[in-house]
Amino acid sequence: MTVIVSQLFTGVSIGAVLLLIALGLSLTFGQMGVINMAHGEFIMAGAYTVYVLQKVITGAGWSLLIALPIAFAVAGAMGVLLEFLLIRRLYARPLDTLLVTWGVSLILQQAARDIFGAPNVQTRAPDALTGNIRITDDLVLSNNRLFILALAALAVVALTVVLRFTSLGRRIRAVVQNRDLAAVSGIPTGRVDRLTFFIGSGLAGVAGVALTLLGPIGPTMGTNVIIDAFLVVVAGGIGHLKGSVIVAFALGTLQSLIEYSTTVSVAKVLVFVAIVAFLQWRPQGLFTLRTRSMA
Amino acid sequence: MYSLRGRRTGALLIAVALALTACGSKTGENESSSSGAVADTSGDTVKVGLLNSLSGTMAISEVTVRDSIKLAVEEINASGGVLGKKLEPISEDGASDWPTFAEKAEKLIKEDRVAAVFGCWTSASRKAVKPVFEENKALLFYPVQYEGLEQSPYIFYTGATTNQQIVPGLDYLKSQGKTSVYLVGSDYVFPRTANKIIKAYAAANGMTILGEDYAPLGSTEFGTIVNKVKASKASAVFNTLNGDSNVAFFKEYKSAGLTAATMPVVSVSIAEEEVKSIGTQYLADQLTAWNYYQTTPGAANEKFVKAYKAKYGADKPTSDPMEAAYVSVYLWKAMVEKAGSFEVAKVKAASDGVTFEAPEGTVTIDGATQHIYKTARIGKVGGDGLITEVWNSGSPVKPDPYLKGYAWATGLS
Repeated sequence: MTVIVSQLFTGVSIGAVLLLIALGLSLTFGQMGVINMAHGEFIMAGAYTVYVLQKVITGAGWSLLIALPIAFAVAGAMGVLLEFLLIRRLYARPLDTLLVTWGVSLILQQAARDIFGAPNVQTRAPDALTGNIRITDDLVLSNNRLFILALAALAVVALTVVLRFTSLGRRIRAVVQNRDLAAVSGIPTGRVDRLTFFIGSGLAGVAGVALTLLGPIGPTMGTNVIIDAFLVVVAGGIGHLKGSVIVAFALGTLQSLIEYSTTVSVAKVLVFVAIVAFLQWRPQGLFTLRTRSMA
Repeated sequence: MYSLRGRRTGALLIAVALALTACGSKTGENESSSSGAVADTSGDTVKVGLLNSLSGTMAISEVTVRDSIKLAVEEINASGGVLGKKLEPISEDGASDWPTFAEKAEKLIKEDRVAAVFGCWTSASRKAVKPVFEENKALLFYPVQYEGLEQSPYIFYTGATTNQQIVPGLDYLKSQGKTSVYLVGSDYVFPRTANKIIKAYAAANGMTILGEDYAPLGSTEFGTIVNKVKASKASAVFNTLNGDSNVAFFKEYKSAGLTAATMPVVSVSIAEEEVKSIGTQYLADQLTAWNYYQTTPGAANEKFVKAYKAKYGADKPTSDPMEAAYVSVYLWKAMVEKAGSFEVAKVKAASDGVTFEAPEGTVTIDGATQHIYKTARIGKVGGDGLITEVWNSGSPVKPDPYLKGYAWATGLS
């Protein structure tokens, strides 16, 4: 019984990680339709922000909380720069966007290697986050996982509020649903695109901060997670936040439950099989977005 | 332009792109050659080949090995070279891609006509170049601990084989009363072979193996594996994970409330360089099994550490594979001088009994297996990121790649 509970917790926390890395993508890929292969490198930028910050202010202390807004700004700024310089010229050409952003991703990886060195760097986690909450002797909930869970929940709520209740959110949705009509109605679509990209990329930076608690911080950390991120967004239904949330937690739980009784590789294969089968059944993903511009 | 079809095409494109990245390895067929290439030793200099991954996932580790080989070559040149000839290092990039290793080995042997090649790290790369060296009758010096069960006539193994690293590691655990063990490893040839040996050892030595788990190379999600380890209530963990996975594993391990005091982890792939990138916060007091640490006492090691830091930076640690690579160049020099010739057959014939005062202590070549006698050392990770020895085998252990001297190991090879 304890095993099932602790595996469920692990599954939910894997889901939270998946959600955090996919959230930004659900905005830029999901809402705007831009295939940004450099999204993983924005995650990397967020993680390196923690590293640099800890060089400046010694000691872990509050560095992680301070890093969150800074990483959001840094990754967001990188996203805006990418959108402004390259992507906005390629909105009608998805294949070119894919290749160009892939190139950008390689450049950013190499830049990280040149600036920070090829080996992984280490950051210190605040002491409060390296411990755990002991429920019974066998059932402990680790603080870093709880923190990531809270962070993911917060990010989803914040994003939902922005999209649903602010004028920026209304504009984003208007542009997504019918770009031409939005433009005719006086919405500056270019500016809205840039802001959407800022938020989406910024969320990648936040995910990067969270990942420093779990895994290695190195030039290739972004490529390790980008596949999973696209998977979540595609299976969740492109353009739907709700879909991404459900799919992230479903995949995390499925992965951890299968993995416990088999092996990592078998679990990965079965999860992929499940996704393929699911997409056969619902090629459009869990939810679909109704737009007027049906091709 | 924001049509559904566009998005679907996009998703398809991503799938294709990801598939391409996943199988980006080349297939390189080696043309078989009938005659062995002969090293060019006619001039004032003799070329030696350095074959390491300078790019790709293995670069982190292999660049340090390349650096220490270069250091040894420079030192040898400064003291007059080998048989009066200066060494000219030719460095090739194996790019963490096994067919590339084979191509570059062929190039070093046939085009550059080097006298010997130093390098390779992963067993996969060694297995890829092995036929090339055997066909061309050329010499490879391989500096990394490996899974044993191999003995090529054209490879000298200067890293530990299993009875010089894994078996002493198990002996140490047994002597500490840690007799129930959980095995965690990366999913490739080294950990799987190592664990086969560990299981045979356990069966014969009254140890119980409570579980065995493999994570794909590069995997960074260890929640479930750590849960399984914890639930098993093992007294120790034997860790054969490689690369980035170690970082994620130890972070998870610590946050699950497991420590070196409650359940120590013995690692065979974590040296000083890796300690630095995982973080001492997560590794404190955990155990490692090697033949050399930066802190190993002795004049030879002081000289090596000083020279390495002077050349590459004071913050650069020295580690076991680096030391084994450094030693391999000196051993080759001693063999050539004993043979009085650069000719491969003569060098090989002269190999038995050649010794060198290495940073790890005296090492001696065992001509029969072409491995070397090495002292086994168990170390503990300290707060400063260095590893200090807690136990050693007393004298150099005779290499036994097929574990013929161990009754429990019959049937493994």
